[in-house]
Amino acid sequence: MFDHILGKLDLSAIPFSEPPAMIAGGGMIFGAIAVMLLVTYLGKWKWLWSEWLTSVDHKKIGIMYIIVAIVMLLRGFADAMLMRAQQAVSVGSAHGFLPPSHYDQIFTAHGVIMIFFMAMPFMVGLMNIVVPLQIGARDVAFPFLNSVSFWLFVIGVVLVMLSLIVGEFGRTGWLAYPPLSERQFSPGVGVDYYLWSLQISGIGTLLTGINFFVTILKMRCPGMTLMRMPIFTWTALCTNILIIIAFPILTVTLGMLALDRYLDFHFFSNSFGGNQMLYVNLIWAWGHPEVYILVLPAFGIFSEVVSTYCQKRLFGYATMVYATACITVLSFIVWLHHFFTMGAGANVNAFFGIATMIISVPTGVKIFNWLFTMYRGRVHFSAPMYWTLGFIVTFSIGGMTGVLLAVPGADFLLHNSLFLIAHFHNVIIGGVVFGYIAGFTYWFPKATGFKLNEFLGKSSFWCWLVGFYVAFIPLYILGFMGATRRLSHYDASTGWHPYFVIAGVGALIIAAGIGFMVLQIGVSILKRKQNMDTTGDPWNGRTLEWDTASPPPFYNFAFIPHVHSVEPHWDHKQAQLHAAEHPENIEPKRPYEPIHMPKNTGVGVMIGIFGFFLGFALIWDIWWLVIASGVAIFISVAYRSFDYDIDYYVTVEEIEKIENEISSRVKA
Amino acid sequence: MSTQVLDNINGVIPASAVIPAQAGIHDHGHHDHEAEVTDKVVFGFWIYIMSDCILFASIFGAFAVLHNNTFGGPGPKELFSMPYVLVETFLLLTSSFTYGLAMLGAHKNAKTQVLFWLAITFLLGLSFICMEVNEFHKLILEGNGPQRSAFLSSFFTLVGTHGLHVTCGLIWMVLLMFQVGKHGIGAITTRKLTCLSLFWHFLDIVWIFVFTVVYLMGAV
Repeated sequence: MFDHILGKLDLSAIPFSEPPAMIAGGGMIFGAIAVMLLVTYLGKWKWLWSEWLTSVDHKKIGIMYIIVAIVMLLRGFADAMLMRAQQAVSVGSAHGFLPPSHYDQIFTAHGVIMIFFMAMPFMVGLMNIVVPLQIGARDVAFPFLNSVSFWLFVIGVVLVMLSLIVGEFGRTGWLAYPPLSERQFSPGVGVDYYLWSLQISGIGTLLTGINFFVTILKMRCPGMTLMRMPIFTWTALCTNILIIIAFPILTVTLGMLALDRYLDFHFFSNSFGGNQMLYVNLIWAWGHPEVYILVLPAFGIFSEVVSTYCQKRLFGYATMVYATACITVLSFIVWLHHFFTMGAGANVNAFFGIATMIISVPTGVKIFNWLFTMYRGRVHFSAPMYWTLGFIVTFSIGGMTGVLLAVPGADFLLHNSLFLIAHFHNVIIGGVVFGYIAGFTYWFPKATGFKLNEFLGKSSFWCWLVGFYVAFIPLYILGFMGATRRLSHYDASTGWHPYFVIAGVGALIIAAGIGFMVLQIGVSILKRKQNMDTTGDPWNGRTLEWDTASPPPFYNFAFIPHVHSVEPHWDHKQAQLHAAEHPENIEPKRPYEPIHMPKNTGVGVMIGIFGFFLGFALIWDIWWLVIASGVAIFISVAYRSFDYDIDYYVTVEEIEKIENEISSRVKA
Repeated sequence: MSTQVLDNINGVIPASAVIPAQAGIHDHGHHDHEAEVTDKVVFGFWIYIMSDCILFASIFGAFAVLHNNTFGGPGPKELFSMPYVLVETFLLLTSSFTYGLAMLGAHKNAKTQVLFWLAITFLLGLSFICMEVNEFHKLILEGNGPQRSAFLSSFFTLVGTHGLHVTCGLIWMVLLMFQVGKHGIGAITTRKLTCLSLFWHFLDIVWIFVFTVVYLMGAV
């Protein structure tokens, strides 16, 4: 009995024999302890708990999402550097510094982390900060659920990071295709870490999707019809629709693989009638929409940025909305292009190939809308605009190589080659990453009250842009030369070596870009006094989020705004300018009214902690802990369900105090 | 404790101090607020149910792909007893009806009626689950567990996922009965009853599909 109290877990789970993992894991633990000591030294635990961890304020939750996303960007990028370095040196008789078993874990972790724990939280974080402000709401529809979503996501992050030093991560690639991911061929805990970290954080994402869908449809301020919503909110709406439809498929697929592994079911096994292609179809029925879940909000960000920095109304607002909606629908009928080589037959492949190519039409509409917005606009070349211009060029190239891959005949040659790797990094870095960084720079003053350093931001941009091309153009060429993905070693006679070396140099340039980014954040925080945004509108913006202070008070708006057009903040500024001629356009001062707000709660954190134990116990077969943490989660939820005292009124005096403080800041 | 601290920090008063949480019809301010919350919660719960629909659709899809892959083992004709499943079906359908009666009670503010019909619904649901567990138990004892073939893997997963949902619904029902007992019928409890009602009827609809696709189509 006592032998099994820790399930499969014992000292052999710690990879003492693998120095890179031990160094990285040691660094991680050291970093975590350093942060904890710092918080203790500053005496900030109580503040951290009551102001942040238990907060249900969408702005604070958004900031926490983005902090975790940036930390995970560093981790995911470290994996990328290891791969580039290994491939640059592991040729002929040299075998590099990573054994295949470790290399396989690194490419798996890189994909999983970058998609699930970097891009997703970055997107959800931006959405959290911006969407309620853009629609003139005081919070999301379900603030407590928002906190739960965040903590479920954190569980996934902690499990993935823990797999570095306790056990191992999957060696299966980021989508864990069976039969390789079945217990028979992956007997260790790597795939189990994969399954439970994604399963738990995926449920959090689904809850976020429902939460923001309801928020956008039910909580827009008076006058904001659907066709007056800012484009970022539109893309967020479409992304949430995709989440609601796609994530249950992921839950089912991972659940089935878990049943195969834990209880010897036969969904995807080689024998007993299992069907491996069922898994591949299901995972891509989630996976392809996932691509658009990530990129649609980036398109929204570019739309906001272009319009603001060109001082011009967005060209073709309605076509932008329809293009977004088209992409949302089309994203569900293209999944098979990820496996044309399955052998579904010429007609099926032709259908999916053509459907894939059709997506480039609404995407092209968007590109032209951005270009026409710039045309004869007063373009201000600040950092977000740099990212946007870099995006337009880079993403167009990536889109074209995508159309090439959409030709089933060409895909048979390029399937699983480095050409594919170059293509999807081309659209994900050029589209998603550039977009999120642009959004990060654009809305940073809104969330924090001060601007980011321009020079370091632009330096970061140039390194990212140049580094991207130096790193990935060689991969296109290598793909044509026949190099497949996920190789930890290749023969000298292939002639690939120089290209891998160039790609490694490119990765180093990107590393400089990330260095500048971190430096930019650090310098901007230290010198925040010089870069304060006292007006709430540092970029001369057009939409509602610039109508309130930076950072906004916790209730966002003292008065719920009434809007009459797609650019309400621009209208307000115009009304102020022409107040003498048209005094009727100025809204009269009204007395403040008490504001109804949700109370903070620690239940989300509790669910997070117990959820972590649940995931960890499932991975290591510690069954008593599975039951105990399951019961603890149930009790937490029931406790919350029985609590009817979950909100309060902010008094008029409190609102007056905050609003006076804000207006004194503007005058100073 | 944390909420207390925060109240002091923000210098605010709890909503309950302004207006009682379970407001009557005369408290217009809070009543409007509760109506707004109900609007959001019920809409949000509908969306959740739609996502659950996708979840079931994916499992149905897997069942459709795998239902002939018996790997030499028994198929639906040999395994399922139609009269038994018919009884299960009627138990669940009746429980939907009795839940409807509970909701009628809620709209009439009749607490006893609500509790009585919820109890009946609970018993019907519990009988359904017991019958299902018994069926599973029998299949596993006969050596026809989910490990036997891909067909049985998908059968157990599909029917079991539905059963798991019903079990969650039963637990939820118990919690709600306590809350109705404690707080009576108010805006908040009616909202919760409405959500469970949606959930319960949804599970009924899913079962109709399970009954048709798994059992009826398996029998022909």
